[in-house]
Amino acid sequence: MTTMTTCGEYKDLDIQNPVFKVLRRERIPHIWCPGCGIGTSLNCFARALAGCGLNLDKVAVVSGIGCTGRVAGYLNLDSFHTTHGRAIPFATGLKLGNPELNVVVYSGDGDLFAIGGNHFFHAARRNMDLLVVCVNNYTYGMTGGQVAPTTPLGPTQTTMPYGNFEPSFNLPFVADACGATYVARWTIYHVRQLAKAMEEGLLKKGLRFIEVLCPCPTLYSRRNKLGDGVDQVKYYKEKSVIKHGADTKEAQLTFQGEIIVGKFVDRERPTWLESMNKHLCAALGDSYAPYGS
Amino acid sequence: MTDESTEKRGKGTVFVKEALCKGCSYCIDFCPTGAICFSKEFNHKGYHFPILANAEKCNGCDLCGLYCPDFAIFGVRYKDLEEMRMKQSGQGLTQATS
Repeated sequence: MTTMTTCGEYKDLDIQNPVFKVLRRERIPHIWCPGCGIGTSLNCFARALAGCGLNLDKVAVVSGIGCTGRVAGYLNLDSFHTTHGRAIPFATGLKLGNPELNVVVYSGDGDLFAIGGNHFFHAARRNMDLLVVCVNNYTYGMTGGQVAPTTPLGPTQTTMPYGNFEPSFNLPFVADACGATYVARWTIYHVRQLAKAMEEGLLKKGLRFIEVLCPCPTLYSRRNKLGDGVDQVKYYKEKSVIKHGADTKEAQLTFQGEIIVGKFVDRERPTWLESMNKHLCAALGDSYAPYGS
Repeated sequence: MTDESTEKRGKGTVFVKEALCKGCSYCIDFCPTGAICFSKEFNHKGYHFPILANAEKCNGCDLCGLYCPDFAIFGVRYKDLEEMRMKQSGQGLTQATS
């Protein structure tokens, strides 16, 4: 066991970080860079899992590829690390195969909205019963800092050496327009709010979408001379404005500009399974046994 | 417990697992009371890890534990620590967490 520093009087006490209850301790330390915010988002998620009161044997986590895709490997739950962009199709199958599971898709912006964009739109349209946590670090971290669909206008990326000129996705607006039942955006500066939003998301039905803004100190910040991870989090602290229920159209991110955070959408819609059961009960009558309810 | 430690005691304390720290300074910059500082020593990876420099300021709010991306630090209130100690001494030397 590694050494634990504290004041002398509690040296004899056997005490561990509370989040280790839901993490695979043998896999920690993780691979994320110093100053990367994905660890903080995972920390919030671990606390939300501990605080939500769900039976953790019935919670499954699915990740795609990328830095954030590693999350599934660090959580001591039923977790699956899928192929690139296919976290949502896998999670959809998992949910429909075993409807009593609470399935969480935890992945990055490149995985969910670039290669996997199509899947997200259709899962939100169908209102598949999933919690989608998207960690947005504005870049493709693991592959070397290429321009991503979430990179705002302006910053330099390896594939945009003179600055990015492609308009970026406004993720809460996309999720809202596609029909998600819960849409929130927080940065990793807002740890308490993020943990609470994840807890709310875990307990809600339908497709819940949480965008987490997080610094990428090695590629995004360094190439744009924005300092370390902690400098980016200070920027989140200064420039973020909490607007609950704000119109998601206004939540577009700009390069080092104002960030609108908060819970934007919280509504009820029948999930895909509920709609199917209702429709088939009406169409087939008593010969149909409702599935998974 | 000596008189000196009583004088310097706040409402809580932090536990640091030095080996996990990558020196990102989140806990230091976002500690609401400014109780944590970098140590002068290095850990085995070559990072300065945090120490509780102003013990009297710490109230054990565990915000450092929530910010830490490496799960290397967490704060506890003395009240909860006493409870934990009672529990553990009651159970003998069994491991509280495995």
